Amino acid sequence: MTINEVQDTIIEDFSVFDEWMDKYSLLIDLGKDLPLIDSGFKTKDFLIEGCQSKVWLHPEFNGSKITFTADSDAIITRGIIALLIKVLSDRTPAEIISADLYFIDKIGLRQNLSPTRSNGLLSMIRQIKLYALAYQSKFKT
Amino acid sequence: MHVKKLIMRNISDIRADFPVLSRKVYDKPLVYLDNGASTQKPQYVLDAVNQVYTSYYSNIHRGVHNLSDKATEEYENAREKVRSFMNAAGKEEIIFTSGSTGSINMAAFSFGERFVGRGDEIIVSHLEHHANIVPWQMMCERKGAILRVIPIDDNGEIIFEEYRKLLSPKTRLVAVTQVSNAFGIILPVRKIIEAAHSMDIPVLIDGAQGIQHGATDVREMDCDFYVFSGHKIYGPAGIGVLYGKTKWLSEMPPYQGGGDMVARVTFEKTTYNELPFRFEAGTMNFPAAIGLGAAIDYVLSTGMEFIGNREKELLAHATERLSAVKNLRIYGNSVSKIPTISFLLKGIHMYDTGMILDKLGIAVRTGTHCAQPLMDRFGIEGTVRASMCFYNTVEEIDKLGTGIEKALTMFA
Repeated sequence: MTINEVQDTIIEDFSVFDEWMDKYSLLIDLGKDLPLIDSGFKTKDFLIEGCQSKVWLHPEFNGSKITFTADSDAIITRGIIALLIKVLSDRTPAEIISADLYFIDKIGLRQNLSPTRSNGLLSMIRQIKLYALAYQSKFKT
Repeated sequence: MHVKKLIMRNISDIRADFPVLSRKVYDKPLVYLDNGASTQKPQYVLDAVNQVYTSYYSNIHRGVHNLSDKATEEYENAREKVRSFMNAAGKEEIIFTSGSTGSINMAAFSFGERFVGRGDEIIVSHLEHHANIVPWQMMCERKGAILRVIPIDDNGEIIFEEYRKLLSPKTRLVAVTQVSNAFGIILPVRKIIEAAHSMDIPVLIDGAQGIQHGATDVREMDCDFYVFSGHKIYGPAGIGVLYGKTKWLSEMPPYQGGGDMVARVTFEKTTYNELPFRFEAGTMNFPAAIGLGAAIDYVLSTGMEFIGNREKELLAHATERLSAVKNLRIYGNSVSKIPTISFLLKGIHMYDTGMILDKLGIAVRTGTHCAQPLMDRFGIEGTVRASMCFYNTVEEIDKLGTGIEKALTMFA
């Protein structure tokens, strides 16, 4: 599936629910499926500086695609990063860099996007794109 | 505009004074329990600020014209309201600032310049907000002085005997909070001041979380400095107060240079204006100061005693309600508290709890509450803080209780 196909699937999954409680329950469940980061990588180097909950994100590049694993100490945050990984993991750096993440708005997570929002969704996206940029420039040289 | 005496007014009338309290969030009635961060504003205050801009706006202390005179007069009236509210000896002891943080920075800089040298010591407590730590650290760094910290026990109360031991001939100032912003614990400031004064050491009280909860009398308290923020006592943001005894203020050099704080400027030498203007450089936020004056009118007409009694009832109910929740731990246990409850749910991140409460329309604060050393002391990354004030209701506290229980089921 392309990035947009995955996004459309997520939007469909969430569209079933009208109640925010159900949406959050889905997020909590998604968090349980998150490809967990190897505990050896749960270090400062892989920590995304959000304000309140901690997020660790580890990239692995095989020469063409980047695979991400992650974890968070907050459950809802873990669900959010699980969604990002569903969409952006196992993609080429170019795909990641050019991705337009419209699903966030569509499933009602937009309020989490403001720069001061404490779960650091914005920082997660920035960090994923930064890794992609770094691998892309490394790949070219 | 006239605020009626509010004695015996019922709570729904009081709530009607605050426009924001009737709004909904996510289609649910707002339950605003983040008053420790900032309080909502009564219409009376909003009208006062609006009136500045719509009927007599003009710069203060500068013009010969009618509007400037009127603005200056209202600004100085606000200063008098603050003076009287705190029972300060004179208006020259009331300096308007941008807020508590601005006040402490000013005090730390100016007091430090005049009275602190290498090897001297400043004492703060382990309960302080960053605003009452960092300015002193910066000053200590500049002056080669040392910051000492009063330890606290597992309930979050200061260990008074340890405080006594810290007081020494090297101590230049004690700067402590009146009330812990993170845990809501009221400190024994009267005793703290007495002990310091017995060794001729001045004391600054951070009243940011204190002044809105009961009558404040700086002369009775006998503090040397007292700071507070307008926005936490139902006034506008961007205004605060530094109270200082004249004997200290008159010795302290200005903090910032600029217009209005000078008597005579030449390129060779500048002489400074008298107190309090010497510390008010540039155009002050006078509309907010006038709004603060209105906020003081408002709380006085509501009655500080009424506010205090009502908040005691709310605290008692909230403590009882939340103590009944399984797996909930309250941080900060003291018989002497403002209506603030800091807590964590076992195994659940504070942020997750806060998100669920938010979706239920309940506004709480999560995080370190700008008191990281205090969180470190308890080995936690932060708490969920429900901070109430007199306009909150028992029903709202019950909604908080139900909301917390909902979060517990969701994350189980």
